[in-house]
Amino acid sequence: MSERLDQSIPDLVTRFPEWVRLDERAGYAGFVVAADHLITVAWALRDEFGYDYLSSITAVDYLPEDCLEVVYHLYRSIGGGALVLKVRTGRAQSRVPSLVHLYPGAELQEREVWDLLGVHFSGHPDLRRILTWEGFAGHPLRKDWREPFFEEEVKPYKSRWPEGQPRRIEDQNPYQNNLAYPAGFDAESWTPDGDEALYSTLTRGTGQNGLRTDQMIVNLGPQHPSTHGVFRIVALLDGETVVDLKPVMGYLHRNHEKIGERNTFLQNMPFTDRLDYINSMSNNFGYALTVERLLGIRPTERAEYLRVIMAELTRVLNHLFAVGFLLNDLGAFFTPMIYVIEERELILDIFEAVSGSRMMCNYFRFGGVSRDLPAGIEQKIRDLVFDRLPRKIEELDAYLTGNEIVRARCEGVGVLTAAQAVALSTSGPVLRASGIPYDIRRADPYSIYDRFDFDVCVRYHGDIYDRYLIRLEEARQSLRILAQALKDLPEGPILAGKPQHTVRVPAGEAYGRVEGPKGELGYYVVSNGKANPWRYHVRAPSFINLTALAEMSRGGKIADVVTILGSIDIVLGEIDR
Amino acid sequence: MTQSDPSSPRYDIPPELQGQVAVTTLDRIYNWSRSNSIWPMMFGLACCAIEMIATAASRYDFSRFGMEVMRASPRQADVMIVSGTVTKKMVPQIVRLYNQMSEPKYVLAMGACASGGGPFKEGYTVVPGVDRFLPVDVYIPGCPPTPQALLHGLITLQRKMQQESLKTSPWYREKTSTPIPVPILGPDLIDPRQYDLIRRQNELAAQAEAEAAAAAAAAEAAGGMPAEEESHE
Amino acid sequence: MKIHGFGIVRGLWVTFKHFVTTYIEDVRRGPRFYKTPAGIEQRRRADATGIFTVQYPEEKLPVPEEFRYLPFLVYDENPDGSRAVRCTACGICSKVCPPQCIAIVRSSDPATGKSVAAPAEFYIDVDICMNCGFCAEFCPFDAIRMDHDYEVASVDRLAHHIFDLNRLLKSAAYYARIRPTNAAREDEARAAKAAAKKPTPETAA
Repeated sequence: MSERLDQSIPDLVTRFPEWVRLDERAGYAGFVVAADHLITVAWALRDEFGYDYLSSITAVDYLPEDCLEVVYHLYRSIGGGALVLKVRTGRAQSRVPSLVHLYPGAELQEREVWDLLGVHFSGHPDLRRILTWEGFAGHPLRKDWREPFFEEEVKPYKSRWPEGQPRRIEDQNPYQNNLAYPAGFDAESWTPDGDEALYSTLTRGTGQNGLRTDQMIVNLGPQHPSTHGVFRIVALLDGETVVDLKPVMGYLHRNHEKIGERNTFLQNMPFTDRLDYINSMSNNFGYALTVERLLGIRPTERAEYLRVIMAELTRVLNHLFAVGFLLNDLGAFFTPMIYVIEERELILDIFEAVSGSRMMCNYFRFGGVSRDLPAGIEQKIRDLVFDRLPRKIEELDAYLTGNEIVRARCEGVGVLTAAQAVALSTSGPVLRASGIPYDIRRADPYSIYDRFDFDVCVRYHGDIYDRYLIRLEEARQSLRILAQALKDLPEGPILAGKPQHTVRVPAGEAYGRVEGPKGELGYYVVSNGKANPWRYHVRAPSFINLTALAEMSRGGKIADVVTILGSIDIVLGEIDR
Repeated sequence: MTQSDPSSPRYDIPPELQGQVAVTTLDRIYNWSRSNSIWPMMFGLACCAIEMIATAASRYDFSRFGMEVMRASPRQADVMIVSGTVTKKMVPQIVRLYNQMSEPKYVLAMGACASGGGPFKEGYTVVPGVDRFLPVDVYIPGCPPTPQALLHGLITLQRKMQQESLKTSPWYREKTSTPIPVPILGPDLIDPRQYDLIRRQNELAAQAEAEAAAAAAAAEAAGGMPAEEESHE
Repeated sequence: MKIHGFGIVRGLWVTFKHFVTTYIEDVRRGPRFYKTPAGIEQRRRADATGIFTVQYPEEKLPVPEEFRYLPFLVYDENPDGSRAVRCTACGICSKVCPPQCIAIVRSSDPATGKSVAAPAEFYIDVDICMNCGFCAEFCPFDAIRMDHDYEVASVDRLAHHIFDLNRLLKSAAYYARIRPTNAAREDEARAAKAAAKKPTPETAA
């Protein structure tokens, strides 16, 4: 972060003088901890200083300095700014102690760092690759690892102009495909490891009532009518009861972060649209905020209001869509979905008229937004916000909330207690349904959210029904914010400064997060002063919320797993990135 | 085959398909029934899947074209709309599903990613187009194609189906068609149809290395200069 | 008194209302509700009730002016009918394209070998284009803009999906038709710039 340290951050350097020092690089902040003492420091942070919420773990490959740096962002669940911890380790031998036993939410994130950067976390119960597959050659996000279709280190590529020939890059690969094998690889005798390693990580319980029962492993997905995308669940079943469960992802790993390092800062904006592809506006928001933090600029007033309007419209859209999908998973095949999609179509008409595309809006720029509202759109937004959407949400409420089947299948199912929710680093409606009123728009306000009057919705049972109710209630609160934003929308320019396609961002790091509809969407961007990011990481809410899936499903029936997954509301674009 | 030909259908034929087959009345009946009851497989990979769902929903409603139900089981589906980026980890599943579909079956590559890799083509786990593994019938560019563009693509598929003839169609032969071999996940994705190619590339690489080593040894022996390091792939 | 099952009945009532409303609205609005632009527009309003379907291909939902699909190059029509391509092969669109799908060969004068501000060749691989609109947004010469045409499905991508200069060129009249407000604003800006740069006796060197 390029701001000064928040005052309420504990003085760790005084507390652990030999093990912790401040990060003194220009544009950086936080504490650098020696790897051997990470667990002790983290213990103190959690129990003494109240930093019980580990939000993000990522790592950066500093090839010129020959080290890998693991970066942790911690928060207090009562609110406030981040505490940043960094641990350095070598590139040849990268070992860092695992924080899974302190913060169970670290599980999937540490696996991702192992997979993509090769940092081994000692003490992790199940350190396997997560986004690529077992047997994949190399750690792709390392700076010295090149993909088969590698052209140049950074864009723009010199081969496109002024002598740009039309060629398909697969024509230059001997396999006419995106493939490269290690030297001397014997393909015919290669047998893949199979899923034994995966299956052996499931904890087998004892039989019920002392009976010796056979436990069966069932795979759901990756192609399944209800898994919200290409996502696989491996469930260990005792009859119909789930004994243990493991999510398997990576079927949509599109190398967003590696491509992000090749892109310039602005070229990353349309790629962020494709992360949480249902809400492209909020993805743009998070990225724009982070880079603006690095650049030290703020958007114009009108742009701030337009951003909030688009972000809240997208939140309404997402929550309605999530309710529709949840009902799909419950078996109400498609009718609630169709009603919800009608509303979605009307909101998408607005996005299309304003930004040019229904889904991949690419609307935000550094310092503002790209286009102003065309004539007549403001009235359309008003019609929706003041007339249609409140009516339709009430109709949906009347239609579904009292339905006995919904209540019987959702109440008391998939319970996540408050302590579990915080420990597992869940965020968004999942966290708030478990009783923790943590909403980034209130806890750590960004943009102009501190000007708006709205309630943070919270429920206390932590079951599927509460998550469903929270989404409806949050949609209503979003309409409240929209009404205020439309009332106060000022005239003026929509972009601070002239439109620039190549920005040179000062060296430093920034972590910007927004309360996306699915949870905390964070972007960790490291710049080395050039026009392309050095490291670009996305803290995806759906990915980290999935750590709680096993916890919520244990003891339930297999049919409930699908509904629990629907209530977490995942989107594969951001899980696999 | 011209428009004045009494056996020609009323639809305008894309230029690449003109003059290829003569379609008889029996063919027309088969084609008509097939093209008006295409059941897509519920197969959404990424963002394009959301536009596909929107096409199935009330505003665009592709059940008006006979695509009444989206079947989750490949056995009951006619067209696989590959909507979204095809990644190497997912390709074995895609090929398996395609093999399990019962004939006649079609593949529609929806979006830039399924057609040719899309914006993610440079990635290390992205397959540059599903036609590296499956035979594709219609490609729809766009990122994502709007529902109207997808409907236009489906109409193009219907027009293509109406060109099929029982005599030449692969579905009505005596011999059962061979399934596509399922790719295997190794250090990189392995396509069993390319075993020979991989072996050949290994031989070429070994040859090149041997030549380079010989050249380096010769240079060292000749001038006593330090051998230059060759960079191999 | 709470009747068990009443929630389901209420839900079914909502569905029933939706269903019956479609017929009532059809009767009420009559035949001018379908296949007319006014009817299509009615189905997009916030107070739309009844049938929501827009029956493509007989009824095409009009796209808004800002809609972006694939790019195209703009040429002005000279009085003698020849094309004045606006593109100067500056290369900005190619540099700013996130997936790098634009390839340009700049013309050079065959006599002197110096570069000329015009494209000799211009290619866009639409199997890579992500329709982001950056090329159109940052073109300083109003030369490349985003098209509205979304009916571009084809059966053979290797032959057709790298658009070359001929396939990409469309007239400025077409551009003004699809984006009237933008075209008018840009024409005005270009005319103002040209008027400001008109050489006076002092500046003419």
